[in-house]
Amino acid sequence: MENLLQQIVNGLVVGSVYALVALGYTMVYGILGLINFAHGDVLMVGALVALQVATLLHKFWPGLHPLLILAISLGVAIPVCMLLGYVMERTAYRRLRNAPRLAPLITAIGVSFLLQTVAMIIWGRNYHSFPPLFPTIPLEPFPGVFITPVQVTILVASATLMVALIMLVNRTPLGRAMRATAENHRVASLMGVDTNKIISTTFILGSGLAAVAGVMHASNYGVAHYSMGFLPGLKAFTAAVLGGIGNLGGAMVGGIVLGLVETIGAGYIEQLSFGLLNSSYQDIFAFVILGIVLIFRPTGLLGERVSDRA
Amino acid sequence: MNELAEAIPYLGRHHPKAARALVLGLILLAPVLAASVGNTWVRVLDAALLYVMLALGLNLVVGFAGLLDLGYIAFYAVGAYTWAFLASPHIGVHLPFWAVLPLGAAFAALAGVLLGFPVLRLRGDYLAIVTLGFGEIVRIFMGNLSVTNGPQGINMLDSLSLFGWEISRGLQVTENFKINALVLFYYAFLLFVVGSVVVIRRLQFSRIGRGWAAIRDDELAAKAIGINTRNMKLLAFAMGATFGGVSGGLFGSFQGFVSPESFTLLESIAVLTMVVFGGMGNLGGVIVGAIALSLLPEVLRHIALPLQQALFGKVLLDPEVLRMLLLSLAMIFMMLLRPAGLLPANARYARAEYLHDKQEAA
Amino acid sequence: MIKKKTPAWMALTLGASLSLGFGQATAQEQVVKIGHVGPLTGNIAHLGKDNENGVRLALEEYQAKGLSIGGKKIKFELVAEDDQADPKTGNIVAQRLVDAGVKGVVGHLNSGTSIPASRIYNDAGIPMVSPSSTNPKLTQQGFAYIFRTMTNDIQQGSVLGKYATTKLGKKVSIIDDRTAYGQGLADEVEKGVKASGGTVSAREFTTNQSTDFMAILTKVKMQNPDVVIYTGMDAQGGPMLKQMRALGIGAKFMTGDGGCTLDFIKLAGDAMSDKAFCSQAGLPLDQLADKTFRDRYKKRFGIEVQVYAPYAYDAASAIVEAMKAAGSVEPAKYLPALKKVAFKGAGGDVAFDDKGDVKGGAVTVYQFKGGQWESLK
Repeated sequence: MENLLQQIVNGLVVGSVYALVALGYTMVYGILGLINFAHGDVLMVGALVALQVATLLHKFWPGLHPLLILAISLGVAIPVCMLLGYVMERTAYRRLRNAPRLAPLITAIGVSFLLQTVAMIIWGRNYHSFPPLFPTIPLEPFPGVFITPVQVTILVASATLMVALIMLVNRTPLGRAMRATAENHRVASLMGVDTNKIISTTFILGSGLAAVAGVMHASNYGVAHYSMGFLPGLKAFTAAVLGGIGNLGGAMVGGIVLGLVETIGAGYIEQLSFGLLNSSYQDIFAFVILGIVLIFRPTGLLGERVSDRA
Repeated sequence: MNELAEAIPYLGRHHPKAARALVLGLILLAPVLAASVGNTWVRVLDAALLYVMLALGLNLVVGFAGLLDLGYIAFYAVGAYTWAFLASPHIGVHLPFWAVLPLGAAFAALAGVLLGFPVLRLRGDYLAIVTLGFGEIVRIFMGNLSVTNGPQGINMLDSLSLFGWEISRGLQVTENFKINALVLFYYAFLLFVVGSVVVIRRLQFSRIGRGWAAIRDDELAAKAIGINTRNMKLLAFAMGATFGGVSGGLFGSFQGFVSPESFTLLESIAVLTMVVFGGMGNLGGVIVGAIALSLLPEVLRHIALPLQQALFGKVLLDPEVLRMLLLSLAMIFMMLLRPAGLLPANARYARAEYLHDKQEAA
Repeated sequence: MIKKKTPAWMALTLGASLSLGFGQATAQEQVVKIGHVGPLTGNIAHLGKDNENGVRLALEEYQAKGLSIGGKKIKFELVAEDDQADPKTGNIVAQRLVDAGVKGVVGHLNSGTSIPASRIYNDAGIPMVSPSSTNPKLTQQGFAYIFRTMTNDIQQGSVLGKYATTKLGKKVSIIDDRTAYGQGLADEVEKGVKASGGTVSAREFTTNQSTDFMAILTKVKMQNPDVVIYTGMDAQGGPMLKQMRALGIGAKFMTGDGGCTLDFIKLAGDAMSDKAFCSQAGLPLDQLADKTFRDRYKKRFGIEVQVYAPYAYDAASAIVEAMKAAGSVEPAKYLPALKKVAFKGAGGDVAFDDKGDVKGGAVTVYQFKGGQWESLK
């Protein structure tokens, strides 16, 4: 029993990072119909910038409180990623808004590779150890079930950010403009919405969330690496599609569901497959679930949009 | 080939015959020229031809039918593993290539249909992500099943052989003159590439090709004028996969070793980049794209390393990094400046707006 | 097509200049090219360079002694190539060495590049001696021209398994990273554990790109093992140890040579304790058979020996010793001598068995003590 509980905790932690990243995908897709393949790599940039700042702080003010270091490195990483998101949109994606539909996707793959390569040039190919900014002694809320302070923070922070984002989109003038732009660019701009500004804002918001996710990811696992964003990015995108792309609530649900399916799947795969498979197949869960959902419910779990919009 | 000839600046316009002769000469003499520097270049050319076949097959799916497939390398894997099973000591079967290649192609086509069926209803980005998943699933299975020998891969694959004569041993013409195996591989692969080009060309201008173009440009309209979109799409997946399968089999025979490492998502993306870079939907463009991008790393290694040594006295960026840098920049700038590729498809069977206009947003 | 033209022309001019370059060696002096391949760029470039230096040192020392074979004075020329630890590049540079007419090759560093490339050398009839590829497959292909001076994974795995069972605890869980290296080593560890009376309570799997191991570690925890053995690289091993402790698993942790690194210690952070062990093929550097090797290396190159340089030195020496014994630098002539070579090398006694593996290779187990890996035994 405590094993199942432990796996659920594991899944929730993984899932909430996915959800946070998935929000960025889903916002951009909702407004532009673009899979921003490079979104996962923004997460990587966030983590590595934070690592750089933390390392510098350690060097020059050795006695600084870890939580203060965390705050400062987040304070640097978030704006850097926001700027990156803005620059990406301005230089690459904006000019492609009316291009054939493959063009933006390929550009996005290109941007993703570019970010990874540049990060590799700056930070090298090694795995860097991310300094422990939280207390490392695990808590034991139930006997036999462990959770670290970082993981608690991840759960709380992602829940808060997600709720804040949904409030922003549904309750503020900016949110209304975003929804209008997503509905129809042309009409929105006729109604006096500066759609270019709204699209930029969307990228900036998404990138900021990715930066937070990056720092959380890195401090949870204690590593940062130039290609660390690719897989979480892919999984988060899967999560966004799973939940129904373009739907914020869907991204959250998709992220959590994917996280749970992956860990519980890996944990009980032998029982689930009657001994045929083992944990070496754990990575197929995300894709199998995705395939099944899309085939039987192409709009995703909570989706509103039809998959046929090309 | 005409497209290639036309693409040569000046000559193509003004002396089309000379341009054609030049292209033909280059294609035929390439391995000989390359061998004069070293067999390394012949090996690189051989690999480039395999990529040409892959790119041609993917172009059929993406360029002709407009179905974005990010898991294309899975079919390559199916072909390669078919070769590994049926022509290696792994299970002790050694079938000749004229039996293995069609089988590999058939299995790949079957895999194509298997993938095609469930995703018929999906379009665009959804299709991309599901095919990506499919490619990963195939790779994970290849890397874990015990029949495929898991991550260890399968070694000692037979090479192409004709009447008991193995191509990898080279051809002893006279006592002092021996044609190198790599050169022979080049011509063997060239035959397959030429065959593919002929088949694909016929397909493109057939009823089927026109049907694909119609689906690509407007699926609803295509359906309305009586095209069986379901069968056409399945056919596109199956045909595309066939070329991937043949190419995979040849890869197995050439490399002599297959392991799941060769079939990653990155390879799928690399082939897609070749197609897009050269010009989607245009055979000549796709061929140029595949050759240019597969030669790039070797050329870089020969030019960039000594150049950096000479300029800075040390190597600042190693060729692998440089290749990634150039590749990603090429992807971005090509799309921004020349979205239809190096040699764009002519609009014979494409709606002109499709090439330059996108759907109005949602 | 246009693209293709340039290299072809370059090819012609280059070819001409190359052919002019040959045939300059004087009658009494014969130039013998020896190839070395390892990754000289990328994240294990320092190991590739280390091997290359080992070969260079060996060749220079023979040269300095004034070596002559078959009545001719021998001048060695080292042709160093970079395979980027990538199988495809590995095949291309292997072909390049064959083209360059090398008489013997030391390399490659990684099993992943050595195995496909070995076919090229064998077909060309050029002996290849790897100083560091440990995958058993390399010498099991039945190739006559392939040798290695490093202990293979069968030997390492059985030592790992045996040490874990006899010294650390009978109940063992094994996790591997599903690479050719990780899976191969894990299989051997499992055999080693069973052979020495232990039980393998679970085999779990991850990938060489994963960062999250919580799900599989939770399963491992259920089995309550005495030892967890991970066969894979430090980039996964370090974080894995960390996550083990976060889940409250107190078992001892052991890893193969992929984790016997400084990076592992950094990545595992405060999860490191004297419950962490690793094994490495070869002798610890302070116990090398040739006591002056490290000093000579440092004097020549100004840096410390990393890991495999002594074995690269031995690989090059084996080739030269065989040439001396056969009185010829031609591969076909000295191959029989290479099979029978026997001498005292930098890393230990060098002699090959009938497959081409070094006889009686050493494996060392290390324990984490005082901030670093310390050799046991």
